[in-house]
Order: sequence, then C-alpha cells, then structure tokens
Amino acid sequence: MKTMEITVTVNGKKRTETVETRMLLSDFIREQLRLTGTHLGCEHGVCGACTVLVNGKAARSCLMLAVQADGFAIDTVESLVREDGSLHPLQQAFSDNHALQCGFCTPGFMMTLVDFLQENSNPSEGEIREAISGNLCRCTGYANIVKAVEQASQALAKQGG
Amino acid sequence: MANLIGQSFRRKEDYRFVTGTGQYVADIRLDNMAEAAFIRSTYAHARIKSIDRSAALALDDVYAVITGEDLVGKVGLMSEMESHCRLPKHIEDQIKPIMKHNVEPVLATGKVKYVGQNVVCIVAKNRYIAEDAAALVKIDYEPLPAVVDPFEALKEGAPLVQDDLDDNMQAYFHLPVGSWDEAVSKADHVIKGRFTSPRVGSNPIETRGVVASYDNRTDFLNIWSSTQMPFEIRHYVAKLLGLVEQNIRVVAPDVGGGFGPKGGLYPEEVLLAYLAKQLKRPVRWIEDRVEHMSGARHSRDQIHDLEVAYTKDGTILGVKDDFVLDVGAINYFALTCAYNSAAHFRGAYKIPVFDLTCRIALTNKTPNVPYRGAGRPEVVFAMDRIVDMIARELGMDPVEVMLKNIIPAEEMPYSQGMYYKDGGELIYDSGNYPEAFEMALEMSRFKEIRANQEQWRKEGTYIGIGFSSNVEGTGVGPFEGAKVSIDPSGQVILHVGSSSQGQSHETVFGQVAGDVFGVSLDRVTVKNGDTVALGYGAGTYASRSAVNAGSAAHLASVKLREKMLAVAGNVLEIAPEELTMQDGVIFAVSQPEKKITFPELAAAAVPGMRCKVPEGMDPGLEATHYFVPPTVTYSSSVHAAVVEVDIETGFVKIKNYYIVHDSGRVINPMVVEGQVQGGFAQGIGTALYEEVVHNENGQLLTGTYMDYLLPTSMEVPVAVQGEQEYYSTCNPLGVKGVGESGAISTPAAIANAVVDALAPFHVKIDRLPVSPNRVFDLLQDTRSEEVMMPK
Repeated sequence: MKTMEITVTVNGKKRTETVETRMLLSDFIREQLRLTGTHLGCEHGVCGACTVLVNGKAARSCLMLAVQADGFAIDTVESLVREDGSLHPLQQAFSDNHALQCGFCTPGFMMTLVDFLQENSNPSEGEIREAISGNLCRCTGYANIVKAVEQASQALAKQGG
Repeated sequence: MANLIGQSFRRKEDYRFVTGTGQYVADIRLDNMAEAAFIRSTYAHARIKSIDRSAALALDDVYAVITGEDLVGKVGLMSEMESHCRLPKHIEDQIKPIMKHNVEPVLATGKVKYVGQNVVCIVAKNRYIAEDAAALVKIDYEPLPAVVDPFEALKEGAPLVQDDLDDNMQAYFHLPVGSWDEAVSKADHVIKGRFTSPRVGSNPIETRGVVASYDNRTDFLNIWSSTQMPFEIRHYVAKLLGLVEQNIRVVAPDVGGGFGPKGGLYPEEVLLAYLAKQLKRPVRWIEDRVEHMSGARHSRDQIHDLEVAYTKDGTILGVKDDFVLDVGAINYFALTCAYNSAAHFRGAYKIPVFDLTCRIALTNKTPNVPYRGAGRPEVVFAMDRIVDMIARELGMDPVEVMLKNIIPAEEMPYSQGMYYKDGGELIYDSGNYPEAFEMALEMSRFKEIRANQEQWRKEGTYIGIGFSSNVEGTGVGPFEGAKVSIDPSGQVILHVGSSSQGQSHETVFGQVAGDVFGVSLDRVTVKNGDTVALGYGAGTYASRSAVNAGSAAHLASVKLREKMLAVAGNVLEIAPEELTMQDGVIFAVSQPEKKITFPELAAAAVPGMRCKVPEGMDPGLEATHYFVPPTVTYSSSVHAAVVEVDIETGFVKIKNYYIVHDSGRVINPMVVEGQVQGGFAQGIGTALYEEVVHNENGQLLTGTYMDYLLPTSMEVPVAVQGEQEYYSTCNPLGVKGVGESGAISTPAAIANAVVDALAPFHVKIDRLPVSPNRVFDLLQDTRSEEVMMPK
C-alpha cells in the first residue's frame, strides 16, 4: 500500500503522520488522529456532517484525501471548547436553543457556521438558512439551529470577534 | 410537587454533543479490533450459483470471508419480532387475521430476495482492505423474475418471494365496525379514490453500526449497536446463536437518530456477535450511506382503495377501505403498521361505520418496518384528502366538512367501537378536537386567506390553505422499567429501559425523578441503553418513552422516597409521616434541625450490623418499578398549511405552517416543541420530496442523496405551535406521547393546501410526494383537458 508522510496543523498543533495515499481526510481525522467529533453521515459530500475547517474555510473532509491536506491547517469541532472547559458562543447557543437532538450532525453545522460567521457577523435569517443549507439535520427541523445562530452572532459581536 | 416538570431545562446531554465528545458506535475503538464489510445483492431476485472467495482470502490482512452457507446450522434464521407480533385473542376473533411465518438468513443462502441483502461478509484489518477483498469475490447469480408491484405479487402464479409460502400474501385481516351496506343505503353519495403513500426511508444522519467483542474468560459477549431496542437485540442474538442471555450485554451508546427503522433486529448484529466469538477479536461494522439506502429498512408503501358514504350536507356515514401494504421481502413486524392504519383511520372524525380489509404483500424489495407515524400518515393522507374531495364535490369549504364530522368535545371519552392493537378498547381518553381546530383556524388567519385568495389568483399568485387532523395512540406497552438508587455521594441514579436516539432522556427523566426527591436536575444522573442496568426493557419507538419510562421513573422514585423516609425515621427516631425531603436533606417538618443528608442516609442503609433499614425491608436505597400501561393514551393535533404554488415550475413553497397539539402534561416544553418541529420536517420530506424508487426489475434507483431528496433548511419553515394540555388519564404523570404527531398530518395538510391553491384547475392529489414534477404533470393534465385558464 502506498504511503506518504504529511504534516498538518491540527487544532493548532503541528503533526507529522504517515498515511496511506488513498485515505480520506475524514478517516485520517477520526481513525488516525482519533478526533471522533467529526462525523460521517453520507461520505458523498451531501450531508455536511464531516465538515471541518481547512485553512480556516469550511470543507467536507469526506471529499478530500488526507494527502491533499499536507501543509494545511485543519480545525475540528474539538477546537471550539476553551481550555477551561467553557463553551464557544456557538456551542452555548446550540445548547441554549435546543438546536440539537441526537447531536450527530451538530459538529458539521458548527464548523460550517464558524467559517460563515467570520464572513458575515450579522446575518439575516435568510442568510443563515442559506449558509446551513448544505448540512442535513434529520431531528430538529432546523428552526432552533437558525435561532442558535442568531444568538451566537450577537454573542460573538459583543466579544468583538 | 412539580418544580422541574413543566420547565424548559437546557439538556444535560448537550455538553458532550457540542464539544464532539459524545460516543457513537463508530467512535468505539477496542484493542485488536477488526473491521467488517458486506457484499450486498445487486439483484432483486436471483439464485446464487456460486461464490468464489479464493482471491479475497489470499489478500494480506483479510481475516475471514463468510457466506450464508458457512452459517447453516450455526446461526439461526431471523424472523418476526415476537413481542411485536402477538395479538390478543379478542382481536384475533374480531379481525380473523392470517399471519404467515417468514424468515431471512443473516447472509443469503440459495437465493437473494432484494437489492441490498447481505450475501458475503468480509473481516479485515480495516475497512479499506475489507473493501479491497470484497472487489475480489466473484458471485455468480442466475437472475429470477422479480416481484416488484404489490398487486402483481398478489396474483395467482406470481413468482414466490418466500419459497416456503404458497403465495405472496404474507398477512391479511378484515375489520368490520357497523354495516357498510347500511351506511351506503342511507347515504346520498359514495365517493371513491385510490391513495398512495410510497416507500420512504428514515435516514438518520448517523447510519447503523455494530461493534462486538467476546471475552473468553467470562464467556461474555459485548455488543454496541446503534439500535432503538437493545433488550430485543440481546434476546435475539442469544436465541439465534444459542447463548445465555445474561452472558450478553447490549449497549446502545449515543445514537444519531433512529425514527423507527433502527428498531428490530438486523443481520449485522447477529453476525458480528458470531464473528467476534469465532475470530477471538472485536469486530466493527459501520454502515456507509450507500449501504443504508438499500440495506436499512424502508417504510410506508401503502395503497388505499377508499370509499366514503356521505349525505348531501357533508355528514360522513361510513368508510370502506381495501388496502395493500408492500412489505418487501420479509415482514418483521406483522400487523404493526397495518393495524395502526386501521386504528387511526377515522382519527378525530365521528364515523360510525368502518369496514377495512388489509393485504400485506411480499415483494423483492428491502423489508418495510415502522417509521415515525408507522401506518398513520398514510391513512391520514387518504382520509383528509377524501374529506377535502367530498367538500369540493358538494361545493362546500373543506373546513366546513371537517368541522361537521369532528368528534364533539362533550362526547369525550369517545369510543371508536374497536380495539387498539394492545387489546384495550379504542377509547380516546381526553382531548378537545373542535377547540384545536378553531385554534388552528384562528392562528392561520384562515378567513383572511379565503377572503384574499381570489384577488391573489388574479395577480397570478396561487396561495392555498389546507388542514389535517389526527388522533394518535401513544405510549404503547407492553411495559418499561426504571431502577432508581441513592449513590453514596447522595446523587440520585436513575436507570431506564428505553434508550435514547436524541429524545433527551437524560434531561426529561431527570426532571421526573428530581421532583419526587425534591432535588435539582444536576443531582439526578439518568442512564439508559444498557441491558445490564435492568432485567427487562422494551425501547424507544412509537411515542412511548415519556409515557412508559417516564411513569416507571416516577413510580420507582415514589417507592424509593417512601423507603428513604422510613429509614430516616428509624435513624432520627421520628415517624416517617412527619418527615419530608428537599435539596438532598430529609428533615422533620416541625423540627427542621432533626435531619439527615442523602449521603448519610445511604451509609445508614448499607447492609450489615449497623444497617438502619427497618425490619421487613431490604437493605440499600434502591427501588425498581415496571410500568404497564392499561392501554395507549391519545394525543392529537390539527395542522394548517399555507402554501404557494408556482404554476410554471410546479414548485410548492410552504409560506406558513401551524400545528396545534395536545401532548397531555408537558415535562419539558422546549423538548416537546423540538419533537413537533422535527416531526414536521420529516413530514415535509414525505409530503414534497422523498420517495424510494425501484425500477421494474426491483433495482433501486434512489441509492444516494443525489437521488433521494431530504429537506434542508431552505425547505423547512418554522411550524408555529399552539398547545393544548389535556392530561392523560392512563398514567400517573398525565403525559401523552409527542414523537410522531408532527409527522403524521403534514403530508395531508400540505396536499390539501396545494389542491386549494390550484382550485381553479381542479387538480386531484392522490399520491405522495407532491413533487414539482408531479404538480407540473397534474397541471398539464388539466390544461390538456382544456380547463379554462384563469386570466
């Protein structure tokens, strides 16, 4: 099996790993780095559950090979919580607004939204809905996710970030 | 004392989910764990002539390549879920059912019966290698004629799906309530229609998955499964592998949605348990989405030929229905969906005569099992569509006909003159359906919409409003258990038998128990989804957990509270009646300084010489209760949909949506609203987008999310909710189930709204989904009939 050495900065820490060239980025994150907060829902790029940040931009880790991330920064849902265990405003808003039920799609939504809120700090409901339209949730019916994003965007604005 | 019940607490389970530290099956990693992959049938019906696995076995790091023949005599056959198939004798006497025994091997032997059926299992170092090996297995099939259409399947001489049966009619029953002939003789009109609810899939975002591990020293098998029914899995794995049940532990860890089809037993659960023992190493299998589309079970797929007898003022005298349920290659749940259809057909309508015949047809498709609503959305669609059609025939407003036939509040409790499937008489225990309907009319501003519709149409905007109501038997038995104890730390520990797939068990049952003990939510730890915690459990499905596990949690807590007061009385030398408890302290009401804390009490109850538990009671602070409901309790809802139809593209936009629901007493309003909105979203999928399609050879055409459309945030608006709170009379908490009501009426309400929007074109919608191409076709048909185009 062909392998290759790659260097990636994962959640702020530089790591050098040997991977099979055919390994998906999503499997690399979950199986090799053992960061299981990134979930696989469809593995064909539709559901968005596996969304992570690649160099700060939301991307579906099931549609990339690990070797394609060589030299890149990868941020996963595990990067959001603060060191003291307190929650990121998005995480807090999801919980406050009951924007998750089974929780499986939640990390993908939040990573999509981290990127989105950096681009658009004061989005309208329509913009929020469009931003999350590439993420499937089968439990909540999306309404509370939209509310959570509204709360998070206000909280982030107050933080000045 | 209810301090916690009724409040919208933020969920205890959220922290791990939002931080990515939940543990779903795919997150479990065990030392030396191998991974399984399956080769699934690419034919709907074919004989397996030969399987050549030599090249696969020769590959490095491949540990096993297993076929169905390898398992004959070692692994039993899967069959009906017995606990879901038994009918009480008096129901059998009334409906005289035929139910034929049918089977499926965990890996196909002899022939394959549907696309997606497991044929070969490969175990390898990891999934990549397992799939490499799968590509090297050569299976020689001899295609057989596939039975795809259920009506063709039921014809004499049709190819057999299950070779041991005489024909493809797996089940049949006839339910007569009153005389149809008499209803017809009194009626002014009889209307007929055929209503089709096609096959759909539940599509939880987490696919299925199993990890199995065997411990030789203790002869113990551990199974983790993304299941709704861990206790049933334990029972059937033991049965099919010839093992002792208590040497098996089944855990449903964090489960990423289920909605019905994650219930029941799947081949992978049995086979992985078998392989873990055989290979002496843990084995994991995680379903991929493409496998899920054909290998995870489907639902709905009912065709109703409906007749309704009515008078010229719109009063319905009787309903006659002849329906076929396409169950696929095997029926695991007997009459569950079919009898649900019968029991929920008339819903909130007062219809004295009801005559229903059901045939369940075997076909070469994925098995059909209950999914959110389970036989109810199909009949609510048929019924509310035909009520709408009656109104339009009579030139009345559909709302008028619906209200004319609705059960008056003063007739509650109302008997439908038949039995529920659990054997109880079908009597609606509480509720007020006309009030709910009036609330929905008010909230949706029905009158305003009616007043403006004509003008909007003149402007080229086609807006319609549609209604649907339903009454739902919730909280079905047979039972659910709870075990509650006081930990040495003073924490209340509550185990419940029904596990969670996102329903917020850790929070809502904490609220139930917390109220009994007078403690805050953080002082209660709720555990679920583990067969070692309790002797018996049923599962989470059928809107039943709040009712059954909630009542069990309440009653077990009441038992333990009484015992705690008795022990405290013994320690403090005060009569228990003079004691109470609050915030983890038991004290005398009249002398608060006489007190003992939960940790002190727990220490005083430890068995031994110093045990202070009164004579005649068992030591320890622990109590178990199994709640057995007398029968189901009836929740209800009225839906109002306001839609706009683009007559050029056929696209249906939901402008506004309203749901008035009665869920009995509400434990956590935020969670209840979330369930209703979530069910509504799935109802939109069924109404407008979702359909599992097979071609004439039984080949699956909707095998990915590019072909099978799930609603996104762009298609699901907020359902504005109105609440009624008519307490259940069937359980100590007064609660009713809420998991399914959001999904049940949505297709009917939306279909009626589309018909209303397109009233000038006189379209008839009798089939779901109401997809843009279907609406477009309906408009083309009416235009080709030269119906006047409004200008």
